[in-house]
Amino acid sequence: MTEISERRVISVIVINESSVLSRITDLFSARGYNITSLTVAPIPETKYSRLTIVTSGSVRVIEQITKQLHKLIPVLRVYEHADLVEKEMAMIKFPVTENITEISTLCEAYNGKIVNVGENVIIVMVTDEPKRVENFLKVIKRYNPKEIVRSGAVALER
Amino acid sequence: MQISGAQMVIEALIAEGVDTVFGYPGGAIMNVYDEIYKQDNFQHILTRHEQAAVHAAEGYSKVSGKVGVAMITSGPGFTNAVTGLADAYMDSIPLVVISGQVPMSLIGTDAFQEIDAVGISRSCTKHNYLVTNASDLPRVLKEAFHIAATGRPGPVHVDIPKDVTAEIAEFDYSIKVDLETYKPHVKGNPRQIKKAIEAIANAKRPVFYLGGGIINANAAYEVRDLVHKTGIPAVETFMARGTLSHDDDLLIGMLGMHGSYAANMAMSETDLVIGLGARFDDRVTGKLSEFAKNAGVIHVDIDPASISKLVHANYPIVGDVKNVVNEILDSVSKINADKYEGWRETIENFEELHPLAYHEDTDRIKPQWVIERVGQLLGDDANISTDVGQHQMWSGQFYPFSRPRQFISSGGLGTMGFGFPAAIGVKAAMPEKTSINFTGDGSILMNCQELMTAVEKKLPVINIILNNNYLGMVRQWQTLFYDKRHSETDLSVQPDFVKLSEAFGGIGYRVKTKEEFDAALKDAVEKNIVAFIEVIVERLENVLPMVPSGGSLFNMMLLEKKEK
Ligand SMILES: Cc1cc2nc3c(=O)[nH]c(=O)nc-3n(C[C@H](O)[C@H](O)[C@H](O)COP(=O)(O)OP(=O)(O)OC[C@H]3O[C@@H](n4cnc5c(N)ncnc54)[C@H](O)[C@@H]3O)c2cc1C
Ligand SMILES: Cc1ncc(C[n+]2csc(CCOP(=O)(O)OP(=O)(O)O)c2C)c(N)n1
Ligand SMILES: [Mg+2]
Repeated sequence: MTEISERRVISVIVINESSVLSRITDLFSARGYNITSLTVAPIPETKYSRLTIVTSGSVRVIEQITKQLHKLIPVLRVYEHADLVEKEMAMIKFPVTENITEISTLCEAYNGKIVNVGENVIIVMVTDEPKRVENFLKVIKRYNPKEIVRSGAVALER
Repeated sequence: MQISGAQMVIEALIAEGVDTVFGYPGGAIMNVYDEIYKQDNFQHILTRHEQAAVHAAEGYSKVSGKVGVAMITSGPGFTNAVTGLADAYMDSIPLVVISGQVPMSLIGTDAFQEIDAVGISRSCTKHNYLVTNASDLPRVLKEAFHIAATGRPGPVHVDIPKDVTAEIAEFDYSIKVDLETYKPHVKGNPRQIKKAIEAIANAKRPVFYLGGGIINANAAYEVRDLVHKTGIPAVETFMARGTLSHDDDLLIGMLGMHGSYAANMAMSETDLVIGLGARFDDRVTGKLSEFAKNAGVIHVDIDPASISKLVHANYPIVGDVKNVVNEILDSVSKINADKYEGWRETIENFEELHPLAYHEDTDRIKPQWVIERVGQLLGDDANISTDVGQHQMWSGQFYPFSRPRQFISSGGLGTMGFGFPAAIGVKAAMPEKTSINFTGDGSILMNCQELMTAVEKKLPVINIILNNNYLGMVRQWQTLFYDKRHSETDLSVQPDFVKLSEAFGGIGYRVKTKEEFDAALKDAVEKNIVAFIEVIVERLENVLPMVPSGGSLFNMMLLEKKEK
């Protein structure tokens, strides 16, 4: 069995109740699993929420994570994605003194745009695959970003 | 009907057929205790510590197979109970533990005796609830009993704020539990079962690896049938003791760190492990990469997360072991009696080479003798609880267990202080059997206050204290692995155990010879009152054989042979 650690995206459908998020994060910390990112929002017109968790571990660890998640009483379903569409959003604040034209062109290449222009700063957003967002953040370093916020990944099976 | 939250608790317990509740009152749970006072449908046993209430509920549950119930107050009452919850969680014992909480309006204000109880219990319960409306109580309590007892059993904690116990709401307990997110898999996949049966048919040196899940599932007698029908030898985990009777020819013994040489060697040389309700604990497997190295693995477990967690299963079967064993029994043909003869001979040779034994080479009584002796004198007539340490392992090794649910011990958490309160719960559930607690001079002082409970409720538990003046199990490791530096394990300074028991109204004996022991046990059984029998035993005896932590099962420290 391979023990190589791999990045994995897991979606969890849970009943919307107050303690459910802590049950899940407690499980990760108690068993020593990683959480790279976690997003959660209600599924419209149901009593459920959907969590998207980006984690990493060996095949055996990922298998345990999905099984342990499934054991939690309010968990309806756990998907460990193989073939999926994955997106993440990032917002970045730049000083207006930077080259806005260049920044704007870059944003477009990453499904993004300028979303706010203030007196001293502009805010841009991009939405793309997490890897590409990563890349974008590398590229824009030279424009002295003042603040960066990432949403964490969301995913759907193809 | 419209009743208060507190009344709902009582009504639900009655509807669930609860006959005994173990508990300890306090401010936040007083409304419920007021209703307990007014009813006579079930008995309440007041322990003298909340930890003991939960352990007593565990003992009660383990021996009877029913859900154990404990009740405690908020804050310190709850925190005292946490060890019991953790213990029940590790050993998959079905409990419903109800705690009081400060009123809803005070939650989050650092109120008097407020603690985030569900936050604490989350990681040591199967599930938990904070009830915020009395109208939720019937559903929550019904779910709690259902979740505790089904699937892989475990403790469920229900935290109820004081104002919720006072609130009036509609009570209807005829509602059905309908949890779309919780549906334990009880029936094994027929294709997987078929493959497993083929694997059994093809194996040359198969071994049954029997675990505590068999006891949970009330499947011991089906497993006995299967073992006998196939003629395949079996090893038991510590938690599975009593699945096969001690005198069964096909029982090799207990495996693991303190398992028998033959059991561990059989596990090392087998070509097919047939795991039934066992979880491949590290105390059982030793070094994982060497465990049953050349064997295929069939693993039947109701909890999918137990399967392939530590040891890869070639034939995973998720399901209730009773169902699965019945399915296998139906399709497995009676195997030719000679088929495993050679394999059984190999195992017999292991048994002859290094039998489970001890030497009677000192003036002092050997602790193992005491266990064997109780086995000879009481055998099937006693239920056996233990505390934690050397005496616990010797109990697992040397007591002649003859039936499931006869042995009650803290395996997963290894909780010192478990034995006496658990034995009280055992006695409450099954008064017709003698309730013995094998304990140590260290362990008994954790929860010795339960003498008062046992005396008051006339639950005559006999505590046999194997007094070696040491925290013996830790001392053993220090002797073996820390160059005899016995750091803080010497218990030379001790109470007078006889007087201690007498101070609470029990009886006490201090014995140094075998004759004195026999007389004391006989007397305690006849008098039928709570007893401490303190046996002065050899101080430096070690539990053998032993697989040093992280070592391979086939590399055991063995009892030295003596010239005859
Ligand atoms: C000092 C000390 C030393 C120890 N040394 C040893 C030792 O040498 N050998 C040893 O064996 N143990 C030893 N133990 C005990 C050990 O720590 C574990 O508690 C024990 O090995 C676990 O037993 P088990 O695998 O049978 O699992 P259990 O803890 O009994 O778990 C039961 C398993 O069965 C499953 N199950 C439950 N219900 C069902 C059902 N209805 N159908 C199917 N499956 C079900 C559960 O999901 C679980 O996987 C020691 C403990 C202490 C404190
Ligand atoms: C609550 C708790 N604290 C500490 C331990 C660690 N521990 C395991 S065995 C043991 C010694 C037990 O001594 P005793 O009850 O006298 O039993 P003996 O080993 O001497 O038979 C200790 C301290 C434990 N298991 N539980
Ligand atoms: Mg001792």
